[in-house]
Amino acid sequence: MQNKIEVSDFSFYYGDFQALNNLNIPIRARQITALIGPSGCGKSTFLRCLNRMNDTIPGARADGRVLLDGENIYEADVDVVTLRQRIGMVFQRPNPFPQSIYDNVAYGPRILGMARRGSLDQMVQESLEAASLWGEVRHRLKDPALALNPGQQQRLCIARAIAVQPEVILMDEPCSALDPVATLRVEDLMRQLVDSYTIVIVTHNMQQAARASDWTGFFWLGRLVEFGPTEAIFSSPQQELTEAYITGRRG
Amino acid sequence: MTTAPTTPPDSRSRRRGEAAIELLIWLAGVSAIAIVALIFFFLLREGINTFLDIPLRQLFGVRWYPIEDQFGLMPLLVGTFLVTIGAVVIAVPLGVVAAIYLGEIAPLWLREILKPLIEILAGIPSIVLGFLGWVALAPIIQNLGAPTGLTAFTGSLLLAYMSLPTIISISEDALYAVPKEYRDGSLAIGATQWQTIWRVVLPAARSGLVIAVMLGIGRVIGETMAVLMVTGNAANIPNFGLSMFFSPVRTMTATIAAEMGEVAQGSLHYSVLFGIGLILFLITFTVNWLATRLVGVEGARRQRGGRL
Repeated sequence: MQNKIEVSDFSFYYGDFQALNNLNIPIRARQITALIGPSGCGKSTFLRCLNRMNDTIPGARADGRVLLDGENIYEADVDVVTLRQRIGMVFQRPNPFPQSIYDNVAYGPRILGMARRGSLDQMVQESLEAASLWGEVRHRLKDPALALNPGQQQRLCIARAIAVQPEVILMDEPCSALDPVATLRVEDLMRQLVDSYTIVIVTHNMQQAARASDWTGFFWLGRLVEFGPTEAIFSSPQQELTEAYITGRRG
Repeated sequence: MTTAPTTPPDSRSRRRGEAAIELLIWLAGVSAIAIVALIFFFLLREGINTFLDIPLRQLFGVRWYPIEDQFGLMPLLVGTFLVTIGAVVIAVPLGVVAAIYLGEIAPLWLREILKPLIEILAGIPSIVLGFLGWVALAPIIQNLGAPTGLTAFTGSLLLAYMSLPTIISISEDALYAVPKEYRDGSLAIGATQWQTIWRVVLPAARSGLVIAVMLGIGRVIGETMAVLMVTGNAANIPNFGLSMFFSPVRTMTATIAAEMGEVAQGSLHYSVLFGIGLILFLITFTVNWLATRLVGVEGARRQRGGRL
């Protein structure tokens, strides 16, 4: 099994506070890895370390290595812009730009100069198709994105992330603002996308992790307590803490 | 022990207090409107003769010689226009860019020093700035080759400086109001900070930026003392061309300030000065109306999108 991302001895600090403690996590290529744990356990911080979105926080500091295809993304000469194009991200609250649906999807290709003349329309269509949103919006691409419902907005954000052809997609509780139906649609979408992308998802929703992921990591107070195949974690957790959490006794 | 929900003894007096406060707030709101209306009617009463007694042809003529009963407003309109355009062209880009620097780029500590400083600028009395412009700025302009240092451009520079705090402060608020999620979304795709500001943050802040610019323009058009001191006080229309900006002019506000002291109350000249005031009032009103319309359309669109 090939690891797309290999996290080794990784720690992360906000000033004096150590948010992540010596993590070692393999992220398998073209699989869904779910990160679960109580609020404040560091799983979102960890996710944002994978595309260096924490860089801008004053006083933040990272230690250790995160290897993407064998290369440490925390090397000084790594271009963060290129990195983020390779590792896309979908956020907790749908955050389409206050622009048209088309412009949202076209945003990435435009700024990265990926679109040759004429091919932009096609890229937008393909991305929306991949995010299974095309059928719903094909006749109103010029409408404001904020007029979509939250589930559609989130799929639009996924389309926007896909449009720059990333290799990895990070999802930070992508369904926490969505209703159950919209949530299932996003999960279905993830199962489709994983054929072409490596997906890491942070979730509060244990059923979601159990339903949708191939691998599960359980975080507790900035440490990785347990990591393994999702089925094993949920049926026979090795650690007492994990069991207590997934059965709802701790958290 | 269970008690039936009873009305507390003090609830009636509290309700009365509530009603009194509501009334006060209503009065405060209504009085603002009433005062504006009263000002308008006063201006109208004092200035209406301007438009009744002077033929429009002559009123918008090019000769402003009150002593000969020539009240052509065109030189004053042109003066105001030149000074305002110059100030806006200088202040808007500068102000918005400064706001971007403050809000998006400057480190926190620098921002905490700069913001209050900029707000203090707004408090400098305009006559002080006018004086500075007269003794310091005008000689520089003259040295640049203008026939005199007291020109429309000198006024524009001063006014730009005076409107900057308004523009910066309100623009910065507008940028601040843009949700962090938009910036995150853009950065996470691989956009640079500059691309994020230019393509996401600025468009999202557009309505607030429009307000900032409009309020800046309002301040520029209404300013009196500083322009009176540095624009050269020449009520004539400079020859058309870029050199217009480097000629002495006189604005509408400066005319009112300069001549109000020497007119006989009730005379035509007196009435014309109020007529000028009326025109200024209408210009300001139009600018504000335009601003709310621009922002209104924008805001309504956003709200429609936001309601899910």
